[in-house]
Amino acid sequence: MINKNKKALSGALAAAEALRQIEPDVMSVYPITPQTAIIETYSQFKADGLVRTEMIQAESEHSAISACVGASAAGARTATASSSQGIALMHEILYIASGMRLPILMAVSARALSSPLNIHGDHSDVMGSRDAGWLQIFAENPQEAYDNTIVAMKLAERVNLPIMSIMDGFNTSHCIENVEILDDEKVKKFLGEYKPEKSLLDWENPVTFGPLALQDSFFEFKIDQEKAMEEAKNEFLKVAKEYKKISGKNIGFFEEYENKRAETSLVLMGSAVGTAKDAVDELRLQGVKVGLIKINLFRPFPQEELAKALKKCKEIIVLDRAQSIGTNPPLFMEVVNSVRELKGRKKISSYVYGLGGRDLFKKKIKNLLEGKVKEKYLV
Amino acid sequence: MNEELTKHLVPGHTSCAGCGIPAIVRAVLGESKDPVVVANATGCAEVTTTIYPYTAWNVPYIHNAFENAAATISGVEKAYEALKKQGKVKDKINFVVFSGDGGTFDIGLQSLSGALERGHHFLYVCYDNGGYMNTGNQRSSATPFGAFTETTPNGKESFGKMEKRKNIMEIVKAHGVEYLAQANVAFMEDLKKKARRALETKGPSFLLVFQPCTANWKFPTSQYVEVGKLATETNFWPLYEIKDGKYIVNWATEKPKPVEEFLKTQGRFKHLFSEKNKPVIEKIQEEVDKEWKKLVNIAEI
Repeated sequence: MINKNKKALSGALAAAEALRQIEPDVMSVYPITPQTAIIETYSQFKADGLVRTEMIQAESEHSAISACVGASAAGARTATASSSQGIALMHEILYIASGMRLPILMAVSARALSSPLNIHGDHSDVMGSRDAGWLQIFAENPQEAYDNTIVAMKLAERVNLPIMSIMDGFNTSHCIENVEILDDEKVKKFLGEYKPEKSLLDWENPVTFGPLALQDSFFEFKIDQEKAMEEAKNEFLKVAKEYKKISGKNIGFFEEYENKRAETSLVLMGSAVGTAKDAVDELRLQGVKVGLIKINLFRPFPQEELAKALKKCKEIIVLDRAQSIGTNPPLFMEVVNSVRELKGRKKISSYVYGLGGRDLFKKKIKNLLEGKVKEKYLV
Repeated sequence: MNEELTKHLVPGHTSCAGCGIPAIVRAVLGESKDPVVVANATGCAEVTTTIYPYTAWNVPYIHNAFENAAATISGVEKAYEALKKQGKVKDKINFVVFSGDGGTFDIGLQSLSGALERGHHFLYVCYDNGGYMNTGNQRSSATPFGAFTETTPNGKESFGKMEKRKNIMEIVKAHGVEYLAQANVAFMEDLKKKARRALETKGPSFLLVFQPCTANWKFPTSQYVEVGKLATETNFWPLYEIKDGKYIVNWATEKPKPVEEFLKTQGRFKHLFSEKNKPVIEKIQEEVDKEWKKLVNIAEI
């Protein structure tokens, strides 16, 4: 039942492969490193007649996402891809997409934000949009970039919220691994036809999208969005369960690795997880009781579930690949928030790594877990 | 109330007395034989027609943001193409954008340029009230030379806006747009004819419509047709079309009125009628004459 068709693909190409199978009605895109490989590959699919998607090669990311809003409101299954400055340029419209409750899929190769200019991986771009009302799901490797992208499309349409399927720029987007690809038909059946409740093209039942809402109604719209986000947690589990049936893959809110009997738990997300797992393995062999938690779903953030998973450890170390200049980094804040009601004091520390594509080596993580790192930055 | 006239945009909107925007919207949409979908930039048209939980729009309508109406309609039009090929949509639909001059000349110029270059099938209508009127009269690049706005006030060192208007018609034309026209809300039949031609055009088309703003140009609400008429009768706002690159002037007189006749109807030009600012009015007249000459030299009348 489980297809073991494997292809050697980079994360970007794996996401493009998932998109080919999703076959959105409309893709509206603009190139930016390190995402470009996704839209170049997709453009070739289109040129070769493999997809019937209408593509809009916009003149900026701002227009790319604006056209996505138009297409999605017109009832089309809609996707885009971006990185870094592109996501920053889209920022205004990210809020409009989520406020209009449009299930747009964005494949992201996460990258640093300028200045100084840097095209390499970190999480600054997607962390900058963490409050924009988009669902956010993180991949560790090309396989997850593939799986998550398919799951993301379905989840978005279930809860009428836009979603980012995020992989680390270069570390994942340009790193080639064996990726298990499902049969096209299985993916199509899994997703089903997109049937929006309302559409601009249904001219016999005209709807006004994007009205002006004043003091008497704006607040309720925002509360509804929050409710949809909360609901997305349950829907995520349901969608993941359905996906397991066709893929055999387990996708949870997070993955626990050697965490059950751990005294020290490392919390992180993205491509550094693989290296961190190696470090955990080696320390475990030496008898050090460490484990890790890899966050998959960052928005909505699974607070209660994470608190449960961190209940027994004595120490928590959070690794962020972004800053929140002026306060603590974002993932650390989420973890602190999650465990705040647990009984007993825990030591929780925060480290920042990998900004602008800086490598994070196993030795550094081992040093950290052995208490040998004093500074906040793993440079 | 004329039901046929108001079938796209129904009564109950909150636009000012003496505002021509609803008339422009109704005139343009009234010329569409097919169903229409409207995208609207943030601005007067949008805030006066969509106050939740009400809407004055009896056609599918989307307001996205200020600067992206053209990009938004690009998405709608491509969704239409995609779903039509799949047999999920059957009817022919026209796609129309309404935006003010701020959303067209300034903040939305890039989005407009991109959509024109990609060649989407849509009509873009800019109602030009010469500035940011919805936010209380600030200058745009469409504000006329010499006009007072809150950000180009007149004073000891200033006679109002010191720069000329941006020539949006030439910018749009440079994209190779097949049909574009300059119209005026005070010349209804001409506007309707142009809307009809624009809607019949394959690919993008563009209408620039003169829209006198009673609130910020400062004239009595009863006078908006009069102010509009004078704009054309003084050659300040010629009516013309550009079809396949050819210019056609739609209204001309042997004896145009002096531009003063138009300027003096509005409070925004009041400061120009001082001894000190006499040369400014002369300069406006010179500019009007020069532009008119340029137009008739390349046009058919």
